[in-house]
Parts: sequence; structure tokens; C-alpha cells
Amino acid sequence: MATVSSRNPVLYRRRVTRGAKHLMLIGFGLVMLYPLLWMISSSLKPEELIFREPGLIPSEITLDNYLEGWNALAHPFSYYLWNSALITVLSVVGNLAACSLAAYSFARLNFPLKKLWFALMLGTIMLPLHVVIVPQYIMFSQLDMINTIWPLILPKFLAHDSFFIFLMVQFIRTLPRELDEAAAIDGAGYWRTFFRVILPLCTPALTTTAIFTFIWTWNDFFSQLLYLNNPDNFTVPVALRSFLDSSGESSWGPMFAMSIIALGPIFGFFLAGQKYLIRGMATTGLK
Amino acid sequence: MVDSLSLKPEAAAPAPAPAVKRGRGRPQPSLRSRREAWAAHLFLVPWFIGLFLITIGPIVASFYLSFTDYSLLEEAKWVGLDNYVKLFTEDPRFWTSLKVTAIYVVVSVPLQLAFALALALLLDRGLRGLSFYRSIYYLPSLLGGSVAIAILWRKIFGANGLINAILGVFGIEGTSYVNDPDTALSTLILLHVWTFGAPMVIFLAGLRQIPSSYYEAASIDGAGTVQQFKAITLPLLTPIIFFNLVLEIIKSFQSFTQSFIVSNGTGGPTDSTLFYTLYLYTKGFKDYEMGYASALAWVLVVIIAGLTGINFLASKYWVFYGDSK
Repeated sequence: MATVSSRNPVLYRRRVTRGAKHLMLIGFGLVMLYPLLWMISSSLKPEELIFREPGLIPSEITLDNYLEGWNALAHPFSYYLWNSALITVLSVVGNLAACSLAAYSFARLNFPLKKLWFALMLGTIMLPLHVVIVPQYIMFSQLDMINTIWPLILPKFLAHDSFFIFLMVQFIRTLPRELDEAAAIDGAGYWRTFFRVILPLCTPALTTTAIFTFIWTWNDFFSQLLYLNNPDNFTVPVALRSFLDSSGESSWGPMFAMSIIALGPIFGFFLAGQKYLIRGMATTGLK
Repeated sequence: MVDSLSLKPEAAAPAPAPAVKRGRGRPQPSLRSRREAWAAHLFLVPWFIGLFLITIGPIVASFYLSFTDYSLLEEAKWVGLDNYVKLFTEDPRFWTSLKVTAIYVVVSVPLQLAFALALALLLDRGLRGLSFYRSIYYLPSLLGGSVAIAILWRKIFGANGLINAILGVFGIEGTSYVNDPDTALSTLILLHVWTFGAPMVIFLAGLRQIPSSYYEAASIDGAGTVQQFKAITLPLLTPIIFFNLVLEIIKSFQSFTQSFIVSNGTGGPTDSTLFYTLYLYTKGFKDYEMGYASALAWVLVVIIAGLTGINFLASKYWVFYGDSK
């Protein structure tokens, strides 16, 4: 059989085109990832070599950039990592709790004006942040909450990211209603049905929400720049920005090193949860 | 306590059709449905608070503020349409930011979607290593919005950056692309195109929904690859293209981080990367002209809503929604 197929011109041609396709995809992937790989390699090079060598293999490896960058600002970089982690984790908790509560209500319960509220919820998904940001800022500053984490996490506990409500509503709708009915026959109230039956089954949607919230909050720059202007409250993105500001066109090595550290958690979550990320993208994109 | 009292559905205690029993003239809402509504509202309490306190309230407030002069320190002063008039007639930076953002959106979104679609087509259908490739191409779209990547970009296209180092190998001397008003915006466009992975994943999911029997039937009829693409893939994919287009236009009109970091918060060189949102941020939170910034925000909303509306109207002419006519 093997000899036949290798002589068969049609199969042979198909194999060649498939090989060419893989070569193309790998080549293009390399071009795509080259900037990232270059940043990693540069962060390990002595400063003066970074811009003399466009290649990826450092001729000399050093961790100096990491040591220097870690201590370049008012606080060690771990301080900013902690600030970011705190805000990010609280945002994840807030989104999971508030959005799942709202989603259960929209997906399973009947109440007056449900259609109107649901439409409003959908409408806020597409609402540009900028139309609410000025009054929000004024409100938080009157509440004396500038330079605290409240303006960043409070909206999450109030289900401000309606995108995730929508995602969970879509998911809960796919769960069979018989589950709710069985729970009701067993004497479970709405709260128990939600907590013991629906929520455990929502794990995939909750995971998607958690990962997206994590990545978006970790990356978020605009609101953190806005609400955190005391160096003691800086998160990683704001700290990186002030690093860039203070060192201007010098010390790129340490800056790259800290940028790699800033991207690390996202990369980790991407590796661990890409199944959920891609599924989340696909389902909300299509339905 | 509250939960066990109020969230108990009627179904728990078998109540035989209370609605009929009590029916006096008009149908009254049953006890069960009233309890259900009560529970539903309790579940929605955080969302309701959020909706009024941090969404609807601020929307109304920002609309009011856009007709005032307000700087956080003094009382808001009603100025009528002054902010809007000034915006359109006396503010060249507003027009610049609008132009810069428009070019950014008009060039980068179609390019980004073209890459996304091309790669999705290459990756579709039984290709070995599909999930590996998909991950590689998807990764940049997760990182692209971060400060770290914007810093990297600034260095890649800087005077001593990666691009010039590569060009140097061939003996070509380049300039600093981020400091040249002619090229600075292009570097940001490139950054946006680089994040084509997110729409690509949506395209891939869309492609998977096209039944393979369509292709089998077409190839029995003798249709080649190009013909199959034109007659099956493309029409069935138009709803997804439309979805991605609407989403990416809305998103990219609001881009901020990249322009802020690459231009160091100025929108420079000579305002060539002054994104609309960066201008809004400068007006509202650097100059503390919050009334003016609110007017800018409302103009943005009208533009985005208008573009989305046009998109929906135009979709009638090119988006194919199956046989559901």
C-alpha cells in the first residue's frame, strides 16, 4: 500500500501541499512570536548587547537586568505584583459571585419587566466606558476612594461586566430544566437550587469568566492609571509606566525584564486555561 | 435566614394550581409566581445597585456635565451648548484625534480581520497540530493590550530598536519609527493587526459549523476549491465576519493603552498618535475640564452608535442568514 500511495501522483501532491502549509504556518508563527522571544532573550543580555544583536541566542547570559529592574522603583517589584494580585483576585471573586447570581435570575426565573431588564443588561455590554468614567471618577473622589482599590473592585461586585452575565445566561440555558424541577420536588428553594445544582454545573462558564477577568484586570491600564496615583498603591501596569517615565530611553534591559515578569501570570493562565478561553470566545461569539 | 424564608419556591410544598383557585375576574398573579419574582429580584440586587449607581446614574450625570463647566473643585456651571460648539469649531486637537482614530480603525480593523480569516481558513478541517497553531496565533491577542507589550513595541520601532537592528544587517539605516509623525501611527496599526488571534478563534468556530456535507456535495458536482470557497464558505461565514467587524470597530475606537505608552501620554509626535480616548483622558483628568471631557464622551458614543447602526443597515446587503427568509 505504501509503495502505491507514494507513487500515486495525487496523494504525493497532496502530501507536498500539506508540508508546504505546515512550513508556512510555522514560519508565520515564528514571525508573530519573534517580538516576544526577542524580549525574553534581550532581558537576559547585558544592556549594551541588546540592540547590537537582533538574534535570539544571547552570546552572554546574565540576570542583572532582573535584579536591577526588581529594585529600580520606590518599592521592590514584588510590592506591585502583590497590589495587582490583590485587585485581580478580588475582581475575579466579585465577577463570579455577582454575575452568576444575576445570570441565574435571568436564565431561570420569571419576573415582571424581565425583558426590559435583560435588554438593558445587553445594552450595557456595548456601552463605551468613557461615557460613565467622568461621573464615576467624581463619585469615587467624593467618597474619598481615590488611591484605594474600591473604584477598581466595587464595580465587579456589582456585576458591572455584563458580558459575563450574558456568557453565564447562555450557559445556564443549555442545562436541562428537569434538574431544577427535581431539586424543587426534593424541597430545595431557589437559593439552594442555584447554589447546589446550577452553580456546580456552571463550572466551565465560571472558569471562562475567572480566566478572562484575571487577564483583563491584570492588563487593565486605564482605570488603574486613573484611580491609583500614589506610588504606594501602584499596580504592575502603572509601575511599569512610571518606570518608563523615569528612565526615558535608557535601562531597557531592566524594563524588559520587568515586562516579562508582568506578562508571566497571563502566560501561565493562558497555558492552563486555553481550552476555556477558546470555548468562551467561540460560544459568546456565535450565539 | 432571609434566604430560607423568602427564596422557597411554592413547588416545595405541593400547592395545586393556586392561580385557578383564587381566580376572581382578572387572573391574579399566583403566590408562586410572586415568590419567584421576589427571589429573582433578590438575586439581581447587586446588579440593580450597579446598574443605577455606576451605569445609569453616571450616564445621566455625564450628559448633564457635558453642558457645564466643571473642574472638580468648583460647582458645575451651566454653559449650554458651549462645550459642543467649542469642540466642533475651535478645537483642532479634537479633529486631529478624530482623524487619527478614524485612520487607525479604518486601516487596522480590515487588515486584522483579513489575517484572522486567512489563518482560520488555513487552520480549518483536520489539520494536524491545529490546537498548537491556534494557541500560537491566539497568544498575542491576550497580551496585546498590556503596558508591557506597548513598551516592547516602543523599543522594537525605536531608533536603536529591533527593526533597525535587522535592517542594519542588510546595511540599511533606519530612523525611529515611533518618533516620526509619518510612521508612528503605523506602528500602532501593526500592533493591532498583531492581535488577530481573537477574531480568528471566532472564525474557526464559525467554520466548524458549516456542515461538511455541503463541501462533499459541491465536490461531487465538480466545484473546485476556489468555487467552494466562493459559494459555500464565504456566504455562510458572513454573519461571523459581520459580528467580528462590529465588535472590533467598537473596541478599536476605544483603544488607549498603546497610544498612551508609545507616545508617553502625549499623543505625539505632533499629535500623530493622539487617540480619541487619550485626548478625552487629557482633557478630563489632566486639565480637569470634566464638562468638556463629558461632551467628548458623548460625541464618541454618538459616533460609535452611528457606525454600528450603519453597519447593521449595510449588513442587509451582504450578510447571508441562511434560508430563514
